[in-house]
Amino acid sequence: MASTAADVRPGVGPRAKMEIQRPPGAAKRWLALLFLLPALFLLGAIVVYPTIDTIAQSFQHDTSRAWVGLANYERAAQADTIITALKNNAVWVLSAPAIITSLGLMFAILTERVKYSTAIKIIVFMPMAISFLATGVIWRLMYEPSPSQGLINAAIAKVVDVTGGAGAYPTATVLPDGAATQEPSGAVTLNEPIQAGETALLGLTAIGETDVPEDAVQASQPEVSGNSLGIVVWRDFKPGGGEPGVVEEGELGLPGAQVEVLDSSGAVVASGTTEADGSVVLDDLEGGPFTPRVAAATFSQGFTGIRWLAADLVTPAIIAAFCWMWGGFALVVIGAGLAALPRDVLEAARVDGANEWQTFRYVTLPLLGPVLGVVFVTMVINVLKIFDIIFMAPGASQDEANVIAVEMVRTAFTSRQYGVGSVIAVLIFALVIPIMFLNIRRFRRQET
Amino acid sequence: MHHKRRLWALLFALMLVLAACGGGEVDTGDDDGGDDDAGQASGPIDVAAVWTGGEQENFEAVLDAFTEETGVETTYRPTGDDVGAFLGTQIEGGSPPDVAMLPQAGLLRDLAGEGSLTPAGEDVQAAMAEHFSPDWTELGSVDGELYGVYFKAANKSTWWYNTAVFEQAGVEPPTTWDEMLEAAGTVNASGTPFVSIGGGDGWTLTDWFENIYIQTAGPEMYDQLATHEIPWTDESVIEALEVFAQLVGDEANIAGGTAGALQTDFPTSVQQVFANPPEAATVYEGDFVAGVITGETNAAEGDYDFFNFPQVGDAGAAVVGGGDVAVALSDEPGAQELLAFLATPEAAEVWASAGGFTSPNQSLDTSVYPDDLTRRSAEAVAGADTFRFDLSDLQPAQFGGTVGKGLFLRFQDFLQNPDDPQAAAQALERDAKRAF
Repeated sequence: MASTAADVRPGVGPRAKMEIQRPPGAAKRWLALLFLLPALFLLGAIVVYPTIDTIAQSFQHDTSRAWVGLANYERAAQADTIITALKNNAVWVLSAPAIITSLGLMFAILTERVKYSTAIKIIVFMPMAISFLATGVIWRLMYEPSPSQGLINAAIAKVVDVTGGAGAYPTATVLPDGAATQEPSGAVTLNEPIQAGETALLGLTAIGETDVPEDAVQASQPEVSGNSLGIVVWRDFKPGGGEPGVVEEGELGLPGAQVEVLDSSGAVVASGTTEADGSVVLDDLEGGPFTPRVAAATFSQGFTGIRWLAADLVTPAIIAAFCWMWGGFALVVIGAGLAALPRDVLEAARVDGANEWQTFRYVTLPLLGPVLGVVFVTMVINVLKIFDIIFMAPGASQDEANVIAVEMVRTAFTSRQYGVGSVIAVLIFALVIPIMFLNIRRFRRQET
Repeated sequence: MHHKRRLWALLFALMLVLAACGGGEVDTGDDDGGDDDAGQASGPIDVAAVWTGGEQENFEAVLDAFTEETGVETTYRPTGDDVGAFLGTQIEGGSPPDVAMLPQAGLLRDLAGEGSLTPAGEDVQAAMAEHFSPDWTELGSVDGELYGVYFKAANKSTWWYNTAVFEQAGVEPPTTWDEMLEAAGTVNASGTPFVSIGGGDGWTLTDWFENIYIQTAGPEMYDQLATHEIPWTDESVIEALEVFAQLVGDEANIAGGTAGALQTDFPTSVQQVFANPPEAATVYEGDFVAGVITGETNAAEGDYDFFNFPQVGDAGAAVVGGGDVAVALSDEPGAQELLAFLATPEAAEVWASAGGFTSPNQSLDTSVYPDDLTRRSAEAVAGADTFRFDLSDLQPAQFGGTVGKGLFLRFQDFLQNPDDPQAAAQALERDAKRAF
């Protein structure tokens, strides 16, 4: 590099030809700088300057930009929304990269030498083609709580309802201070036991007009005698309320309700189902007194759907959506790593008598180490900055789903607290730097 | 050579640091704009508001009427849902719109405090005095100086219901809170939960609270709470929360129960009332519910109606409302002309006759409203014994206007646990202290 002007005289010495091609050292450096200047300028203006400005602003007042020292840091330390956000980020960092790397590894191994491996890779990779927001919208629809709308709950409903779906009148209840009470199991039991030869009136409310079966007719009390017990189950409602507990004109019976009669020890001695007018007569009852009730099964709601986006499940739910999206990335990278493994090492292992699992664990996995490291670190960096997908959570769960990047935008731009927002930005910066160092060190090591 | 490279890097970094520390002043646009009242058309102006779709068309019709009258060209820009964020970045960048429509009075106060707004000129002040009651002029002012013209108002004390469900249940629209609780029981027994609450959107819950509070505590205490002169742990707040708990404490009253309400956003809560079959009988929110009903459900005229928020105490009818205020962010003379125009009944008439709009302008002839419901709600706003602005819109944005924080968050927590008003009040007070 220490060439001087004296060396550039053409036609001098055996290395003259080469020296003519090389421009003088100083000019070469200026030329290089000139070419680099536009890129340096952009980098400075878009990356370096805003970073320094933000760090400066974290020590300044929100709007007046007067220096306030560590006041913003104190405010940030006390804000519980920031602490929730940090906790959530910790959950994300501890779970998402590990899950994605494992998923990618699993898929890569499984599709390694399968016939349609490219097709499978394309399908698993496709979610990468859409934006985070589109992923959020798709998964929001899948997570809908109602089994008739949400895909996941519909799938679960198919499985769960095989063991018994919704009862005849899932929404029904009773009026307070009435003749019957609804127990925690849902069963509606008469308060006062009755003797054989009497009729029990068990009126139900909170049943919509359209929910009453078509074959229902005006409720009426049955004829009972001797050892029989009559039970009437009917929709105890008239416009305006009507008189509760009395079977009135215009109130329809509820067919298909399962009824049971308990004796004084609590054992079920008879059961039946109501007719079109809501009545049923149960015969051959010995002794007494009896307590009739409408069975709990009538009120079973079936599978109403898990609320995936409620506060307690929202972070795992969003992490699942994120893994769906990035699993393909891990698959492709690890797949490439697998394809690049030297075949003779694997052959040697097999010749030595190792089975598939041992080959995987002692040969493949260590050789894949660097690739897995790349995927893992990339995902950690991505996850620390997670932002768009959080907005798929409904408003009430936003606090539990909050992450540090969303918190920064809300604090700085919506709440207009630029100082505290800058503190959060500095925090994110500080969290990502060590990981970037690791990455760069690894790149450098690979280059040498 | 290494020295030279390091030197360059150092110089580069130093240059950037100096630029960063020096360039931090908020640029509020040119401060030396002179008044151009020479009669010639002023320069074109930029107008920004949150409206899109049908509302945007109606507002652009108003702007066209303005251009016809004064010759000043206008361009309309939607701001997206987060007006504060949009304007904040535009102001920082030095190129704010000339006129903006702010949906929150707290934002008006924040921006005026920062010096980003141009005070209203004499023409505007005269127009306000002529056409508006002093309450509205007061609302548009900060520290006695008028900044904004309230162009669009919202009546937030209207409780909407499905007329068919009420008929089936044999229930009349209630006028008092106790009547409402009774009606709720009857409607529940008829098979439809009484009310649909859009708890997923925290702002709906703040509107519930405000209506109850203004009736239990009265307008003076309401004003004190709005400016944080009394704390949120005050007895009156606990009392209002307990009244609210009378309705939401019984899950049978709410469509989907508490868990369902917390996952329901506002438009869905309205759709639930007019679904087939209806999933709830009523939904409470402002008069803009009518817009959602006609735009997003299959309900026909006559299927829906509203009753005024039931009276809780004996304090007399009170109306809580909101509004969009037009403010000038630059010194363009056209901006002041637009503000003056928006204060006239002619401007209000353009949108009022198209529907989905209520004007606080007292000089507006209410017969221009296209239907009875709008007219009733507009007259309720204009003629209320007590009228107060939506309290959450009066708060600083971090407390009263941000998803997942402050009022929105704490009322959602209260909906989850209506048995513990003390905890909710304490959490509210903690957040309020930080904001004020």
